[in-house]
Amino acid sequence: MRKLLTALLLLAALALGAFWAVTRPRPLAADALAGLVPDAAHGEQVFWAGGCAACHADAEAKGDQKLILAGGQRFASPFGTFVAPNISNDPNAGIGAWSDLDLANAMVRGVSPEGEHYYPVFPYASYAKATLQDIVDLRAYLATLPADPTPSAPHEVGFPFNIRLSLGGWKFLFLDDGWVVTGDLTPAETRGRYLAEALGHCGECHTPRGTLGGMDRGRWFAGGPVPGGKGNFPNITPAKLTWSEADIVEYLTSGFTPDYDSAGGHMALVVENTAHLPAGDRAAIAAYLKKVPPAE
Amino acid sequence: MRNVLSLIAAAMLACGPALAEDLADPEEILTARHGYMLMMAMNLAPLGAMAKGEVPYDAVAAGRAASSLAALASVDSSMLWVPGTENGVLDDSSALPEIISNADDRAVKFAALKTASDAMATAAGTDLASLQGAMKGVGEACSGCHKPYRKSE
Repeated sequence: MRKLLTALLLLAALALGAFWAVTRPRPLAADALAGLVPDAAHGEQVFWAGGCAACHADAEAKGDQKLILAGGQRFASPFGTFVAPNISNDPNAGIGAWSDLDLANAMVRGVSPEGEHYYPVFPYASYAKATLQDIVDLRAYLATLPADPTPSAPHEVGFPFNIRLSLGGWKFLFLDDGWVVTGDLTPAETRGRYLAEALGHCGECHTPRGTLGGMDRGRWFAGGPVPGGKGNFPNITPAKLTWSEADIVEYLTSGFTPDYDSAGGHMALVVENTAHLPAGDRAAIAAYLKKVPPAE
Repeated sequence: MRNVLSLIAAAMLACGPALAEDLADPEEILTARHGYMLMMAMNLAPLGAMAKGEVPYDAVAAGRAASSLAALASVDSSMLWVPGTENGVLDDSSALPEIISNADDRAVKFAALKTASDAMATAAGTDLASLQGAMKGVGEACSGCHKPYRKSE
C-alpha cells in the first residue's frame, strides 16, 4: 500500500514537473544581447516594418499621432477580447522602464518582464524570427517616442484562457522560429521573407489558424475567416494573388489595388506602416510573395 | 410640320428614361455613388500605370488625368450619402452607416481628398518622381474613408 502511494506521489510529481517543463516561461539568457550596439535610426525602420503603431496607436491616428503608442484598440477573438496595451515611453503606464532584454523577451519569447506569458495576439510567434540586433535598435527608437500616461486596459478573457501558464503549452505546440518558405532565395527574396514572416507578421492574419489558434504553416498565407468576426482574410499566395510585383509594391506604397480601389480596414493601417519603408523593402516583400507556395 | 412632330416625339423618347428616374431612389443613389468612385479610379489608372512603370511617363496625359481627378474630388457629393443607401439596407453597399451619420467627419475626409488631388494635379505634370510621391497622399486620402467607413470583405 505504501509502495503504491509512493509510486502515485512520484507519478504526480513527474506529471507536475512535465507540466512545468512544458509551460514555464523561457526568457533569453541574461547575456543574450551582449555586444549589440543600438542604432535608433535603424530602429525607426524596424518600428515601421514591425507594424507596432497599427495596433498600439489609435486606429484613426495620422502623422505624428501614430507615434503615441497608448494602446486601447480592441481585438475580438474566439478566446475573448484583447485590448492593446500602452507601450509608450511612460515608465509606469507604458514600457519606458524596460531594458533592451525586456523588449527582446517580450518579442521573441512572449514573456513579460515579470516572467508571465503574453497572449499570442501579440505576434511573438512571428517576432520570434526577428534578429536581436533589430530589437535592440527598436528599443532605442521607442525610447525617443512620447510618453503617454493612459493606463492599459485589462483583456476581457474568460476561463480557462485567463490561466496564463497554459500559454506555455500553446508556445510548446506552436512557437516555431524556423522559416516557412525555404530553398534557394535571392537576397531580395530573403529580405522579403524576413520582413513578411518575422517583423511584418503577415501570417498572423493571412495564415489560417487551427482550433487552438496556432498558425497552419502548411497553408501559409492561404487566408481564412476572421476569428471572432465576420468576413475573410484574403488568400495572398500566388494561387489567388495574381498581381504583378509592381502592383504589390504600389499597394504597399499608396494602398491602391490594380483596379485603383484602395485598402480599407486593418490593411489600411498596414499600408500606413509599409509606406514608411525604403522602396527596396517593399519590392523585397513583393518578390518574397511570389515564392510562397500556392495554396487554394 | 411632320418633321417637327417627329422631333418632339424623339425628344420625348430621349427624355423618357431620365424623367422616369427617381432621384431619391436609394438604388439609383447607390449606382451614382459607385459610378462616382469608378470615375475616380478611371482617372487614377493612368497615373498608377506611370507610377508603376507599366507605361512611359507622359506629362500631358498625367496632367489631364490628375486635373480630372481633382475636379471630381471637388464635386459636392453630399446627395450620395443619404440614409437608406448603407450596408445592411442595400446588399450591394459596403458603406457603413457611420459615413452617412458623421457628415462633419465625411466633409473633413473629402476635403483631405481634395487637398491630395490638388497636390497630384501639380505633381503629375512635373515629373515622374513627383507623381510617384503624390500617389501616396491620394492613396492615404482614399483609405481615410475606406478604413473607418467601409465594411471589410
